[in-house]
Amino acid sequence: MGRKLLTEHVNVEGIETFAVYRKHGGYRAVEKALKMTPDEVVEEVKKSGLRGRGGAGFPTGMKWSFLAKPEGVPRYLVCNADESEPGTFKDRYLMSKLPHLLIEGMIASSYALGARTSYIYIRGELLYVLRILEKAIAEAYAAGFLGENIQGSGYSLDLHVHPGGGAYICGEETALLESLEGKRGNPRNKPPFPAVQGLYARPTVVNNVESIATVVPILNLGGDEYAKIGVGRSTGTKLFSACGHLNKPGIYELELGVPVEEFIYSDEYCGGIWKGRDLKAVVAGGSSVPILPKELILKTAAGENRLMTYESLSDGGFVTGTMLGSGGFIAMDETTCIVKNTWNFSRFYHHESCGQCSPCREGTGWLEKVLHRLEHGHGSMHDIDLIVSVAKQIEGNTICPLGEAAAWPVAAAVRHFRDEFEWHVTHPKEATQPGAVYRGNLVLA
Amino acid sequence: MAKITFDGIEVEVPDGTTILNAARKIGGSVVPPAMCYYTPLKGSGGKCRACLVRVAAGSAKDPRPMPKLVASCITPVQDGMVVENTTNQQVLDVRKGIVEMLLINHPLDCPVCDQAGECDLQNFAFEHGVSTTRYEEERRTFEKIDIGPYVQLHMTRCILCYRCVYTANQITDGRVHGVLGRGDAAEIGTYIENSIENDFSGNVIDVCPVGALTDKTFRFKSRVWFTKPVNAHRECSHEKCNGHVTLWYKGKDVLRVTARKDEYGEVKEWICNECRFEKKETSDWVIEGPAHIDRSSVISANHYELPVLNAQVIADLPESTVRELEQNPPLKLGGPNGTSF
Repeated sequence: MGRKLLTEHVNVEGIETFAVYRKHGGYRAVEKALKMTPDEVVEEVKKSGLRGRGGAGFPTGMKWSFLAKPEGVPRYLVCNADESEPGTFKDRYLMSKLPHLLIEGMIASSYALGARTSYIYIRGELLYVLRILEKAIAEAYAAGFLGENIQGSGYSLDLHVHPGGGAYICGEETALLESLEGKRGNPRNKPPFPAVQGLYARPTVVNNVESIATVVPILNLGGDEYAKIGVGRSTGTKLFSACGHLNKPGIYELELGVPVEEFIYSDEYCGGIWKGRDLKAVVAGGSSVPILPKELILKTAAGENRLMTYESLSDGGFVTGTMLGSGGFIAMDETTCIVKNTWNFSRFYHHESCGQCSPCREGTGWLEKVLHRLEHGHGSMHDIDLIVSVAKQIEGNTICPLGEAAAWPVAAAVRHFRDEFEWHVTHPKEATQPGAVYRGNLVLA
Repeated sequence: MAKITFDGIEVEVPDGTTILNAARKIGGSVVPPAMCYYTPLKGSGGKCRACLVRVAAGSAKDPRPMPKLVASCITPVQDGMVVENTTNQQVLDVRKGIVEMLLINHPLDCPVCDQAGECDLQNFAFEHGVSTTRYEEERRTFEKIDIGPYVQLHMTRCILCYRCVYTANQITDGRVHGVLGRGDAAEIGTYIENSIENDFSGNVIDVCPVGALTDKTFRFKSRVWFTKPVNAHRECSHEKCNGHVTLWYKGKDVLRVTARKDEYGEVKEWICNECRFEKKETSDWVIEGPAHIDRSSVISANHYELPVLNAQVIADLPESTVRELEQNPPLKLGGPNGTSF
């Protein structure tokens, strides 16, 4: 069992209250940070090698150092808690179980960035988590960790929680900022980037919940010590939300570098595939990353063991690899119909496209309709090439990454499971029977 | 000043100019198409993706290429930037894809659409698209919504360029319409069927690149290529309107009044609703002369306007004609190859 830095005390009774959290070493990171200069805190985070936990994996310390710091202009830190990627549910868990960990991370990070007002933008559906956070924030104010002159350091911070309206697109950082400003959640054109013109056209850093929470163990351990955990440029621990056909789905905190095979099959983690079935495919980082068949998720194309790290999962590019993404690990057993699954993902992206730019607005709907046709036995061979072509027309040509998120799963599904798509075309009657699934040439209900 | 190379042509423009405007300075066929960008409207652009270009070198300081195609209408130039538009096959292929995307849910009802002949989408599809479609599914349609006495909203044709939203925000006193809904169900609408009543609301018709917003006083009166554009002006009492318009004649009748547009279809001087909808008699106006309609317009194909004189034409004219023209100059003509006497 690896070290647990975020979820060490998660099962302690009453850990969501300030008193219990404090008793278990809470808010030490804030006290430590306030004795350092803001630049020293940024330096620690840089040294830790922490990479953004929201999906893109961009080094957090580097992101912080890009923040423009003009004189006399307020800066903002915004926590992106609009977690809505299918398969990803780690932030909800973290916030509902350990609200003070996020608040502590927010205080330390805001101090490092020189922000005097910070926001947690939380997904609208998570109303009960919002209430937990608000309660915790009130406790932190009462204990003097928020508000004027925190712990006598002279640093003041106000922290607000703001619920979104339930749009996936508002998890894109500039759409989030628009929404936070009270406008329609349309992603902005970049440049300017939020680090220069973000919230209310002021320099802003937007970080994922887990990234901000991880600042706490980084400060407690020291950046150098934290960087020793993990493999290569994938340092530290990361939360993975495992779901799908697993014996023990749930949230696991892993030291980056655990082999994928161990993660799926070891009793310590997911405990293998349910009902004694065989693994068919895995979506390793939330629904938008490319799906991989069993052979490629367990071993890379070169035959090496695939590890739960940013580098290893993306080994082979998009031809034979995938991405670590946000850590939404979806395992599918042999009874899963990949065509139906791809159609389901496409339906999600069609529904969630904001409709601002034309390739995504029109293309996501088109993909969904063609996939619907294929799944229901009305497709043709030409349709399989069509969806690949449409996906290619969307990818890279949109304002924000939602276009890519919609295109990648489709392209990858056809890349790795083309015979299954073709089977839907050649055997429409069999394919449309309930529970029917393609396994070589066999149909098993 | 920044010097950039666009399709192999060097051009120098002030810092902060967008790639698209730098290309427009060169002019001609290298200019990327723009369906949503509109120079007078702040914040417009970046949505339709028709103007995507490849930046082969970011700047003189950092000559790395940009990883993705960029929207030329919103990307500012950097000194030493090298941009590829018509010289890059990838750009042309992507543009073909954008045409296809914009057309899959468009009704293609050009034969009964008032915008036909002066439609940006029609021109764009004609210049950059293919003549067949791969789309077999049902097209998205919307019910017509009544938004007031002057403007007809036909949402089914809309490409969601947001121009009319920006116009209402920036030109009129108050915006009552906007984008409702999301994704391909997004639509332009007024909240609870509000009617758009504003002195300047008619300008949304001029900025609309397609036939989604049309002039109710002109609907189905004539195909635009059967009407003759004539520039005219009047003393307008509205403080924000200076009464410079284009009248569209059919025979002796003024069928409609629009603002004057430049060669990229952009309005420079907004006009008020009184000029646009109420003044449809020749006697209301001081006539200046025929208006030249540029680009691939079918309107200019009829040659009812004064000929655009280029050097070759002038050289071929008899000397007496040239002398006469010099003594009695006709109206000033615009256009890329136009010469005025």
